[in-house]
Amino acid sequence: MASHLVVDGYLTTRPRLYGRGGLLIAGAFLWMGLFLFAPLGGLAGLAFAQRGEYGGVEWIFSWANLTRLAGWDEFGFSWSHLTILWRSVWLATVTTLLCLLLGFPMAFWIAAKRPAQRPLLLALVMVPSCVNLVIRTYAWQQFLGSQMPAAWLAQSLGLVPEGAALYPTVTAVYLGMVSCMLPFTVLPLYTSVERLDWSLVEAARDLHAGRWRTFRHGILAQCMPGLLAATILTFIPALGMFVISDMLGGAKFLLVGNLIQQQFGSMNDWPFGAMAGLFLVLASLVALWGLRIVSEREAPHHGARR
Amino acid sequence: MIATPADGRPLDLSIAGVDKSFGPVHVLRGLSVGIPDGQFVTLLGPSGCGKTTLLRIVAGFEMPDRGDVTLGGNDLLRLPAHKRPVNTVFQSYALFPHLRVEDNVAFGLRSRRVAAAETARRVREAMDTMRITELARRYPHELSGGQRQRIALARALVNEPEVLLLDEPMSALDAKLRKEVQAELKRIQRQYQITFILVTHDQDEAIAVSDRILIMKDGRIEQDGSPEEVYERPVSRFVAEFMGSANVLTATCDGSDTAACGFAPLRLAAPAPWRQGHIAIRPEDIEVREIQPAVNGVRGTISERLFRGDHWELLVDVHGEHPMRVITEPDQVHSEGEEIWLELPPDDLLVLRD
Repeated sequence: MASHLVVDGYLTTRPRLYGRGGLLIAGAFLWMGLFLFAPLGGLAGLAFAQRGEYGGVEWIFSWANLTRLAGWDEFGFSWSHLTILWRSVWLATVTTLLCLLLGFPMAFWIAAKRPAQRPLLLALVMVPSCVNLVIRTYAWQQFLGSQMPAAWLAQSLGLVPEGAALYPTVTAVYLGMVSCMLPFTVLPLYTSVERLDWSLVEAARDLHAGRWRTFRHGILAQCMPGLLAATILTFIPALGMFVISDMLGGAKFLLVGNLIQQQFGSMNDWPFGAMAGLFLVLASLVALWGLRIVSEREAPHHGARR
Repeated sequence: MIATPADGRPLDLSIAGVDKSFGPVHVLRGLSVGIPDGQFVTLLGPSGCGKTTLLRIVAGFEMPDRGDVTLGGNDLLRLPAHKRPVNTVFQSYALFPHLRVEDNVAFGLRSRRVAAAETARRVREAMDTMRITELARRYPHELSGGQRQRIALARALVNEPEVLLLDEPMSALDAKLRKEVQAELKRIQRQYQITFILVTHDQDEAIAVSDRILIMKDGRIEQDGSPEEVYERPVSRFVAEFMGSANVLTATCDGSDTAACGFAPLRLAAPAPWRQGHIAIRPEDIEVREIQPAVNGVRGTISERLFRGDHWELLVDVHGEHPMRVITEPDQVHSEGEEIWLELPPDDLLVLRD
């Protein structure tokens, strides 16, 4: 005889409770299993398989793809793959930092507007994302072209040679990246900034804190959840993005995204592409884990504030 | 930073001709008051009377449109909030949620880069005084309202301010805890011997803790006096009604010492200065009589009767504007509907200025 217990005011038994809970959670489990964990498992398996003689996959376990990604192939060690991986992480990191630097003031600016105006401004932040990324990047190409005002200005200032365009350059890549990712930085920051408890800013001032200390404890600590969400939502997509660097960087700099595309496309080496893809997943997980540590230290209780 | 003068000259706070508007709303109207060093002053008034704005001006969160605020002769308005020797206990406490209790308390000292050893010593002292030592490693969200309030107090007092500002610090506490905290506040103020300025709309709280009460109305000080004075001798109808339960009567006076107030002529201790105005009498000053008293007897019917534990509260219909509230001893038993005589002694009839 199962013992009875009361949950949420209902008399029930443990098996019945588990049965109901299991049913409720089954859909989510099924979805995650089928569309997240199964493909991830497939990817991991593929990453340790081998490329067949004429393309295709041979299911023989091998570390070869891992060592190749780390730089060793049949011709010895080369930095080429590590450079690609590092370049991708670096590009994503700098893009995220630039987005945070621009996004924070933007979030404050919007939050300081009258409540009636804020939805419009937020919509304006989002509107560019409705246009296809490739089209937007073409627009940047046009805008940075040699006959356009931006290029004229740079030419007259002697920053670029006479008659030159502003792309392909590294600056153009960052311009494209930041303009693409900024909405995903601003929105989470805005939700944090809008809910700021300004009495903490006054408390910091009252307790003799100067500008930086007031910002750090009165504002930044409160915005930590939004800041973390913004970092994640900016960094992870930026890590895999390669269209912008191709179009505004002149396809001179390979990124991990390019590498994956090549392996699954022209090179027809799916196992190595899977290994590069696995790296992307792992890099994202490491970033998430690192941010989790930071958030635990900085805002141990942002979930249970007052 | 203002240091305590070497000669021990007291740091009196002086507020002179302070004016403040927020847009079209005139919050403070040429308010002036001097607060001697070490006094426990309460700003008492209904919401919107400007008491919180005055506090925020002293703290440095608002600048007055006109007027001066000085502490021991030094101009406070020249200093930004973080350089004033003034600390605040905020209404919602405004504790830093990401810092442990001890780090909250140490915040002000660390802001001023006080040496680590001294910081540790003073934090320990302040936490001992407020009896929160055992909470040092906890986070604010893990604590009760009463505990948070003690932390807010410790966090302010540890800086040894010249003036401590308290912005309705007890509004979030239940009635029993409030009584305890009032006693505690009084104790701490005596121990630290610094000026306390408390903002509240609770007259019982003001009476319990203050040396002096400033009753504010529409950005001005309506009455300034000791708790006894403002309670016993309200100067205006507003104060009499705000300070609690006084019966306020509309009356006319022709220059003699007798006022007419609808249901009966009343003998006053001195002639009223107006032709038409108000007089007040406290419920506990009214005597219930079996037979008609010699002076100022009023006949009425008990319409309601409430037992309050240590007294009876009677509502007596005297055919005036409002029933008269009367307080009697618990052993004086009357019944509803009973007709009684009330005696309103001339010395207890307060002639209000309006």
